[in-house]
Parts: sequence; structure tokens; C-alpha cells
Amino acid sequence: MAFWLRTWQLGVKSLLLHPLRSLLTVLGIFIGVASVIWLLAIGEGISQKAQEQIAELGADNIIVRTIKPPSEVMDTGSSGATPYGITRDDFDRLTQTIPTIERALPIREIRRRFSYANRVIDGRLVGCTPEYAEVTRLQMDRGRFITDLDQEHKHNHCVLAANVAERLFPFENPIGRSIHVDEHYYVVVGVAKEKAPSAGIGGSFAAQDFSNDVYIPISTLWSRIGDFIVTRRSSSFEREIVELSQVTLRVDHVDHVMETADLVELTMAEHHRLEDYGVTVPLELLEQAKTTRMMFIIFMGMIAAISLIVGGIGIMNIMLATVTERTREIGIRRALGAKRSDIIRQFLVETIALSIVGGVTGVLAGLTCRGVTGVIRQGLEKAFPEIMEALPPVIQSVEPIVVPWSIPVAFGISVVIGIIFGTYPAMRAAAMDPIEALRHE
Amino acid sequence: MRLAASTRNLTKEYVLDGETVRALRGVSLDVPEGDWVAIMGASGSGKSTMLNLFACLDRPTAGTIMLGDDDVSKLNDDQLSEIRASRIGIVFQSYNLIPQLTVIENIEVPLYYQGIYSSKARKRCIDLAAMVGLADRLKHRPTQLSGGQQQRVAIARSLVNDPYFILADEPTGNLDSATTEEILQLLEKLNNDGKTIIMVTHEPDVGDRTKRIVRLRDGLVISDRPTGGDCSTEHDDD
Ligand SMILES: Nc1ncnc2c1ncn2[C@@H]1O[C@H](COP(=O)(O)OP(=O)(O)OP(=O)(O)O)[C@@H](O)[C@H]1O
Ligand SMILES: [Mg+2]
Repeated sequence: MAFWLRTWQLGVKSLLLHPLRSLLTVLGIFIGVASVIWLLAIGEGISQKAQEQIAELGADNIIVRTIKPPSEVMDTGSSGATPYGITRDDFDRLTQTIPTIERALPIREIRRRFSYANRVIDGRLVGCTPEYAEVTRLQMDRGRFITDLDQEHKHNHCVLAANVAERLFPFENPIGRSIHVDEHYYVVVGVAKEKAPSAGIGGSFAAQDFSNDVYIPISTLWSRIGDFIVTRRSSSFEREIVELSQVTLRVDHVDHVMETADLVELTMAEHHRLEDYGVTVPLELLEQAKTTRMMFIIFMGMIAAISLIVGGIGIMNIMLATVTERTREIGIRRALGAKRSDIIRQFLVETIALSIVGGVTGVLAGLTCRGVTGVIRQGLEKAFPEIMEALPPVIQSVEPIVVPWSIPVAFGISVVIGIIFGTYPAMRAAAMDPIEALRHE
Repeated sequence: MRLAASTRNLTKEYVLDGETVRALRGVSLDVPEGDWVAIMGASGSGKSTMLNLFACLDRPTAGTIMLGDDDVSKLNDDQLSEIRASRIGIVFQSYNLIPQLTVIENIEVPLYYQGIYSSKARKRCIDLAAMVGLADRLKHRPTQLSGGQQQRVAIARSLVNDPYFILADEPTGNLDSATTEEILQLLEKLNNDGKTIIMVTHEPDVGDRTKRIVRLRDGLVISDRPTGGDCSTEHDDD
């Protein structure tokens, strides 16, 4: 015990003989270890975020969405518009023929301009059923969501998303007031809480922003507005006939999601000649996200491993120089009774001490990554606001999550690197002939 | 009389680029306990080679070398290291202290390689430092000491493991005459206390202070006689 204590003491003493050199050597390992922890933490943060967003879509849901096919494959009908997308017949077929579907949520969205008094906001008019709030985890701030009664009687009631309420009614309580959409009025019955945008993963499912939504019963939408939609574009009118924008299907059990999704695909394919719909399975996305995460970890791990190896080479370089420089000391120690193994131990202890110091400080630096990322982000937002704006939201808001296992792994690797890269210089030192070594200089 | 060391037909050859250099060509020598031998001879005559063999830093090509009752001619590297740590005291011309260690730590080094580390051992090191007159310099580093002081530390270090003998390769070679005298007095005192000393030297004055002079030429002993006689006739090979 005392012997080992002495060995370490001696090692540290020798290292302190050249403090700057030791510091620079440590720096290589420090950067390697810190980068292992940082890169893994950032990767974990991003993937966690993605997984949360996907989970938001509901792991037991299957989402069928209308996609507008390219105009050249559509034959324009007498009205100057072709019907496309999911139909009410599709909806009935899906709900009636697939037993594992527990609940189906029809949704129709139209871009519209909402106004109250002289205030105006553009957003999505969403025709939906009462279940919509629950399935999309929309929470109410004031009032209520659409009810079965609204649906049944095609009431002209609406629910505002938080941002719409704020913009149209900055000073008043919107409940009971009527907002104006095209030539119709809708009475506000509720205001929803703010909701984060959903993930835009998978080809058919673009990221959705819920902040400018106005929800009305889908029956009201069908009877008042209908399927034939004319949207005013800058210089022309766009005509579309779309019955449903989206159907969210809830499966009775997560285990049935994949087979149900296959059935949905089959059922839809049978009646659609065009690729005017897309099926998104959040569960599948979740699996993909997990695979992506694995790849990310491997990728980050490789980058980090490279930086650790570079650190290791730094150690080896320094130790080789040290061994040459201390040839005479090696000769003296050998003459005074050191075995070859004693010399190996001495130099290995020094390299391990260097890598332990690098490892410990690297771990400490790794643990600060949350705070430092915040500071860096703030700095970047001040210095380059446009660039930050352009980044995807996932990256803008990423919170690194330190992966617990990365700490012992990074530390262990740094020590192993010390041993691996320290062995060769130590062996070189031990292989010296004591008489030659004594004659050195 | 017990022997501290003895050699029989000791031979050492070096092969350099296919050529054989015969550094020692059959040296037989007995060194009784308590003796003080000066090995003298011209440069290249094999003095250091012989001392290195006594120091167990090297193995002979042929012949035997005994330290006390132990034959060390055929030991392997680790066994030789063990003997160096436990029974050899060695003093060099250039002191050879370890620069990053203090006086006391330098004296301790041979004990460290024997795995001895205790307060008793530390006490012994302090006593030795006091004996060579450095009791107040224990925490100093070699660079803070004069050459003579460094050599005294080296002598203290050579005594710490209770060696068969003290080996010294030109211990006064780097010192001025006053300091040489100091070191010689210290060695004299040790010899009077019973320590065996084998010393290589070039200087006749230093050789004359020993009890016995062994002269080498081309790897052979050409004379071996007690000091006190007229040495001037022997100076031809210097
Ligand atoms: N490692 C070696 N390889 C080859 N030859 C060697 C080696 N060591 C010593 N020699 C040779 O052996 C011979 C004896 O050398 P040694 O060092 O013993 O001489 P020395 O008497 O100590 O001389 P000096 O008084 O100059 O120190 C010399 O010819 C030397 O060149
Ligand atoms: Mg010599």
C-alpha cells in the first residue's frame, strides 16, 4: 500500500517537473473525454426531443392524410377542379371493416382568414369531432371544446387556439363573441392552451403548427363550406374538392398497430388510383427514431473515439520524449536495483496519472454541458440571430442530456488509452541497458 | 578471513560490428572484507568493465564472480536487479542523483526497490545523511548542493542497503583537491568502521590513500600490491 502510494507520489513529482508539458498532454485527453460526454449528451437531447414529439402523435395512432397529387396527373373536371384525397367513403370503409380500429377521427383543415372587429389573423380552420381534443392532447384554457351536441346540430360554435384568441381578443374575453370567417360567423365557446408544434417526420406528415387554429364541428364545416373550396391566391383562384384532410385512427392495442396499418394501406390502395394520401405510423417513426439514435450514438462515439486516440498519441509522443530525456535517471534507478518491471511501472503510472487527470477534468467539463450549451445558444442568438432562426427548431431548443453510462465509459477509455499509449514508451525505457543509460549525455 | 568479493578468470568480451573487444581477459582477484582496493590503469584497460561486473550491472562472458558466498555470474536480469537493490552500494564520478528527488528521497531509492518503506527505514536514511554531514539539507534538491555535497549524498545512498562493499568509479574525478580530501576522509572513516571499498581512480594521490592497488592493462592484472611502497615505477601505464 505504502509502496503504491510512493509510486504515485513519485510519478506526480516527475510530472510536476514539467508542468506546462504535462498540462498540454492532459489537455488532449481532457478534450477527448469532454467531447465524448458532450456529443453523446447532445445526441441524446436531440433524439429525446424527436421521440417526445413522435410520442405526442400517439404511439397507438395511425394517421392517414390527404396529399395533393401533382397537377399533371389530375384530370380537371367540369368545375375546374378534381376531387382528391380521403373521402367519407374511405372513412366509413376503414371504420367498418377493420375491427382493431377503436376510434376514428375525421379532420378537415382549410386555410382561412379570421377576423373580429378590425383585427385579422390567418390560420387553419379545423373541422373536427369532440374526440379531437383528447386524441391530440389539446388542453382547454377557458370554456369548453366542441361537443357531440354541436356536432349533431351543426352548431356554428368554434374553439380558438391560444394565439388566435390573443391576437383577435387582446383585451376582451372571447367567450360568447362571434368571429368572422368568409361570410359566416362562429360563436367562441372555448380557448385552448398553447400546444407545441408536432414532429414533421415521415414524408406524408409535415410538421404541424397548432398555434393559429380555429376548431369547429366537422359537420358544420361540411354543411356551411362544403367540399369545394376556392382559395384566393395572389393572382388566381385555387379550386379543390377535398372531403377529409386527415383521419386519425386509434388502434385498440399497441401490439396491433403494425398489422392495422397494413390493412389501412390495403383498404386505401384499393380505392385510390392516385397517390393522394399518405399513411403515417408514429410507432414506426418511433422505431426509426430509436434506430437513428443508435446510429447517432455510434457516429458521435466514433468522432469522440478519434479525439481520444489523438489525445493518446499526444501522451505517447510526450512519454517517448520524456523517456529519452530521462535516460540517465533510468540508468541510475536500474543501477540502484530497479527491475525492468519497476521501470515499466514508473512510466505507466505517469501516463495513467496524466490520463486520470484528463479524465476527471473531462468528466467535470462534460457535466457542465447543459449550462454551457445555454450560454453558447444565448450568445449565438445575440450575435447571429438570422442563422439561429434558420436552424431547425429541434436544434434551436436542444437541451443536452448527459447519458449516465457515458461518464464511466469516457473515463475508462481515457485510462485505457493511457495504458495502451503509455506501454510502448515504458517498454522502451525498461529495455535500455543500464550501463549505456548511465553513460547518456 | 571472509571475502567480500572474488573473481576467477573473469572475462568480458564485447562484440562490435563483428569485431570482438576483449575488455577483460581473465582476471582473478580476492577482496577480503574490510579491504580498500584502488583499481588503476590506463584508459580502456577495463577498470569500469570490472567495476560494472562487481556492481551486477553486467554479466561476464566467462569466469565466475562471487559476492560474499553468492555466485552472481549466471543470474538473470531480475535477480541481478534484486542483488543491486539489496547488497550493492555504488558511487559514480558524476554523482548520479535523481534531480526531482530531495536528499533524503535520493538516499531512500535502493530501499524503495527492495519494497522497504517504513519509519525505521526513513530514520536510517536520516542517520546516514547526518553521518555524511548533511543533516540540515534533507529537503534540498541535488541542484541546490555543491559537487562534494552531492557526492556525500551518493555515498550515504550507497550505504543504505548495508552492501557487501562500496563500489566507486572515479568518485573524486569531478572534484577539486579540497573536496577530494573531504570525500577521501569520509571513505577512510567508513573503511575504518569495517566497510569494504573498491574504487577506480586515475589519480595516484587518491590511489595512495587506499590499502591496496590493483593495476590493469589490456584487461589483465599486471600488479596487485599493498600501498605504502614506491609506486612511481608503476606509473608507466598511466
Ligand atoms: N558496451 C561496450 N561495447 C563495446 N566495447 C566496450 C563497451 N564497454 C567498454 N568497451 C570496451 O572495453 C574496453 C574497456 O573499457 P572500460 O570502460 O572498462 O575502460 P576503463 O578502464 O574504464 O577506461 P577509462 O579510464 O577511460 O574509464 C575498452 O576498449 C572499451 O572500448
Ligand atoms: Mg572507466
